[in-house]
Amino acid sequence: MTAIRNQTATTSLDVEGLRADFPILHQQVNGHRLAYLDSAASSQRPRAVIDAITHYYEHDHANVHRGVHTLSHRATDAYEGAREKVRSFLNAASTKEIVFTRGTTEAINLVANSLGASLRSGDEIVLTELEHHANIVPWQMLAERTGVELRVIPINDAGELILDDYPDMLNSRTRLVSVAQVSNALGTINPLDRILRPARDRGILTLVDGAQAIPHMPVDVRALDCDFYAFSGHKMCGPTGIGALYAREAVLSELPPWQGGGDMILTVSFSGTTYNELPYRFEAGTPNIAGAAGLGAAIDYLDNIGMAAIENYEAELLAYATEAMAAVQDVQLIGTAEQKAGVLSFNLDAIHAHDLGTILDHQGVAIRTGHHCAMPVMEHFGIAGTARASLAFYNTRADIDQLIEALQVAREMLR
Amino acid sequence: MTETADLKELYRRTVLEHSREPHHFGRLDSADHSATGHNPLCGDKCTVYLQLEDDSIANIAFEGAGCAICMASASIMTDTVHGRRIGEAETAATDVLDAFDRDAGIESLHGDMAALGGVRDFPTRIRCATLPWKTLAAALLRSPETVTTETTS
Repeated sequence: MTAIRNQTATTSLDVEGLRADFPILHQQVNGHRLAYLDSAASSQRPRAVIDAITHYYEHDHANVHRGVHTLSHRATDAYEGAREKVRSFLNAASTKEIVFTRGTTEAINLVANSLGASLRSGDEIVLTELEHHANIVPWQMLAERTGVELRVIPINDAGELILDDYPDMLNSRTRLVSVAQVSNALGTINPLDRILRPARDRGILTLVDGAQAIPHMPVDVRALDCDFYAFSGHKMCGPTGIGALYAREAVLSELPPWQGGGDMILTVSFSGTTYNELPYRFEAGTPNIAGAAGLGAAIDYLDNIGMAAIENYEAELLAYATEAMAAVQDVQLIGTAEQKAGVLSFNLDAIHAHDLGTILDHQGVAIRTGHHCAMPVMEHFGIAGTARASLAFYNTRADIDQLIEALQVAREMLR
Repeated sequence: MTETADLKELYRRTVLEHSREPHHFGRLDSADHSATGHNPLCGDKCTVYLQLEDDSIANIAFEGAGCAICMASASIMTDTVHGRRIGEAETAATDVLDAFDRDAGIESLHGDMAALGGVRDFPTRIRCATLPWKTLAAALLRSPETVTTETTS
């Protein structure tokens, strides 16, 4: 879907202007200009997000909900205002469908626990070989508790899902299909329409792990027609420790709470407790109010740039980077899907990724090395790990050039 | 540039030679002791095989995969303790682990291990250098459990 859109859209990002919004990018690391190429692990924050958090703590902080004093109103407005921003950003129908969580991982764990409570031994959940551990381990834990069985859609050597047998994996026992929109380890953009529709047609619930997609492309949960969509704030220029689960209201309203405590109840008595309405039933305890305020500011910031413009710019940068990497002798790109987001996973000759990471760091280039919390993907390729450079809209060709130069130094040094 | 100089301290010639062609690399079928070390976060893995005779290490080998620092350290480790008495090998392992554990101790490294002294300036890589030695210590004890140097305690 991206390729077609890219051909027709024009790129008009003032990247240097945007970079000026990110204080952290303007520093020397180990005596070199910082080339931050690790946004798939965590993005950086613009001044607007940092200011929103500071402003919140300096002016508006109190506990949310039920407070009669002014600050509590302001804090509630900040928190609920952020919920509305998330709703709008995802094009969800209602804020009742937006549950704040600590991030993608907690959002998936919420579903694994709340939906999991109604699953029985022999029920099936479909995952893919591309998943991050956050979309594997909660289901394995559920499998241990309940006896549900996990089915896994395999990948080919380009890092694309092999969907030929997928329709046959769905049967009367299938309860959920849970799949990443974009692979964190390889950057593959999965064809969600081909995955979600067959499930929807059979009345099977669907969950999309959007952690690696939402920072890089427009997301519309109603167009996707998924039942759950999970994402993290810190990968989209927001704070750490905040994220959200979108859940279709008709589905969420049937699920039991998963954590008990304050805020998620209407009344508590030792003769019985009544739970709060959506989405509060799923938010026990004082939430991450400042985090939500920061996430709201991040959404405003991204909205202002425009996700389609970000998607187009990053596609161009990825094409530039892919070509530049291919020209480096002995580089093997891992993950060569036709539809890719800004991730370059690679190995350089026989050099271990950790050695590469150290040498690159000494030249100011920040990349990630290892299995990227996707060990089944590494297993597929028969490797222990990769070096991974990942892009964001604040990256430039200068960052890529610095990476390439650093790779040449690594080749020289470890030759 | 000082950065490059630092890196050359980490990847000294001796280290690179050992990592490219590690000594005693492979499986030892006659082994009577073995243990495996694994650092799951960075992926370094090594299995140390020992054949003990008359209270000495008559034969030693290791296999595994890891970064240059880990492979070099493993290779140097096998050279260091091959033919040595068990007690000496235990002491050597303790000395190396202690040397990396405390800043001041790096100078106590000798032989080819001294070439790994540059690791001191790269705290996240110390675990790579110590893994083979901790695995050796485990092999001498016939530890059935996989050891790791990723958690420091």
